[in-house]
Amino acid sequence: MNATITLATARRIMTQLRNDRRTVALMSLVPTLVITLLYFVIDDERSFTAWAPILLCVFPFLVMFLVTSISTLRERTSGTLERLMASPLRQLDLLIGYGLAFGFMAVLQVSLALAVSLTWLGLELTGPLWPLVLVALLNALLGTALGLLCSAFARTEFQAVQFMPVVMIPQLLLGGILVPRDQMATVLEWISNVLPMSYAIEGMKLAVVSDDLSGDFWRDVLVVGGSILLALGLGAATLRRRTP
Amino acid sequence: MMNSTGPAVSVRDLRVTRGRREVLHGLTFEVPRGQITGLLGPSGCGKTTLIRSIVGVQVVAGGEVTVLGQPAGSPALRRTIGYSTQNPAIYRDLSVRENLRYFAAVLGAPKDDVDRVLEEVGLTPYQRQLGGTLSGGQLSRASLAVSLLGSPELLLLDEPTVGLDPVLRKELWELFQGLAERGTTVLVTSHVMDEAARCQRLLILREGEILADDTPRALRERTRTLDMEEAFLRLIEERQAA
Repeated sequence: MNATITLATARRIMTQLRNDRRTVALMSLVPTLVITLLYFVIDDERSFTAWAPILLCVFPFLVMFLVTSISTLRERTSGTLERLMASPLRQLDLLIGYGLAFGFMAVLQVSLALAVSLTWLGLELTGPLWPLVLVALLNALLGTALGLLCSAFARTEFQAVQFMPVVMIPQLLLGGILVPRDQMATVLEWISNVLPMSYAIEGMKLAVVSDDLSGDFWRDVLVVGGSILLALGLGAATLRRRTP
Repeated sequence: MMNSTGPAVSVRDLRVTRGRREVLHGLTFEVPRGQITGLLGPSGCGKTTLIRSIVGVQVVAGGEVTVLGQPAGSPALRRTIGYSTQNPAIYRDLSVRENLRYFAAVLGAPKDDVDRVLEEVGLTPYQRQLGGTLSGGQLSRASLAVSLLGSPELLLLDEPTVGLDPVLRKELWELFQGLAERGTTVLVTSHVMDEAARCQRLLILREGEILADDTPRALRERTRTLDMEEAFLRLIEERQAA
């Protein structure tokens, strides 16, 4: 890895975002608006406290997955990826560059949504704030890593967008939001056990409700962190210097 | 400087298959240093595939490609080759200057290179414009500018003058000429036969095979015509007769 190239890449991606103000506005405001909408739809503080962490989990993942898979696909189709693969840049420089830039956007996104939830919407945290931010950031990085990986299997932007429900919906259905994980059919529970989002959601719930963070929380953090590394490694393997 | 004797590029029995079709059928040739070599041939004859093989981004089925004394695709070559793809490889959501600044950082090129290459391709007045708002010709010049960053020893340019007006085309050829005079090896593809006259050496490719590898002058004498288009047709006839 080359720090200069990685930072230049992160900076380049931030500049691309800055040149596209509407995307930045959508990325940073939509989660806050949806959480606000949820608050008024539920109209009950206790249920809101249960649902808010799930949204804080889902949004960074969802947005970063989409943005990353489309922007890497663009790199592939516009020829800039080929140009980079002919240059001294290493695959991980590019991936970490994306991770840094979009991770920053995720922090912005979650901070805004959290600030509104904690002040205006009266979300009550029993414990400290940082575990929430940590899990949200990890989720964003997971979205980035999986987005990179999935973009390798998409030839067009239409296909890339279709990967979103494929990756997202099973993870949400099996993630213990609708039905607790231990009440699922055994096979489904097994599948749920290998999906990283299950741990992210659990970690986020623990971060909201418990004041002392148990070993469960740290296990969740480790699993999500490991999944990020795995997805990044696989993503790096899909970026070949030589292509047919 | 890397190994500075011998040809800039030497290709031996290069075979490339795409899908199930073989598109390059065992090419063998050399590209001399410090000259402009034109790689000519109709669209679809394998020019881009050949350039990509020299850059080291093409999966090859067989043969050897040596670039500046090293196997194509070697890490050491990644700073010494300038490569400009046929479709302008430029971020459409960055300005010309932002594009150049990024690639200069990736290549480890000096900071003032950005201004130099902007000047060389004549894009200084458009440097603040986003890639997506440039005309086709400006885009391809921006892409060419990226390949000039870091003053590479070998420039591989895939159709750099497509869609440019004659004045710009002339200016770019003068730029290539100047680079070659200062020792840069330039390999440039074109499907426009009249650009052949501006090269010091020509490689003519058709359906994945080399029809001719000669100087423009020798080629004109061999085919007894002044018109490169006509010369191309005669070479095909010559081959079919043989």
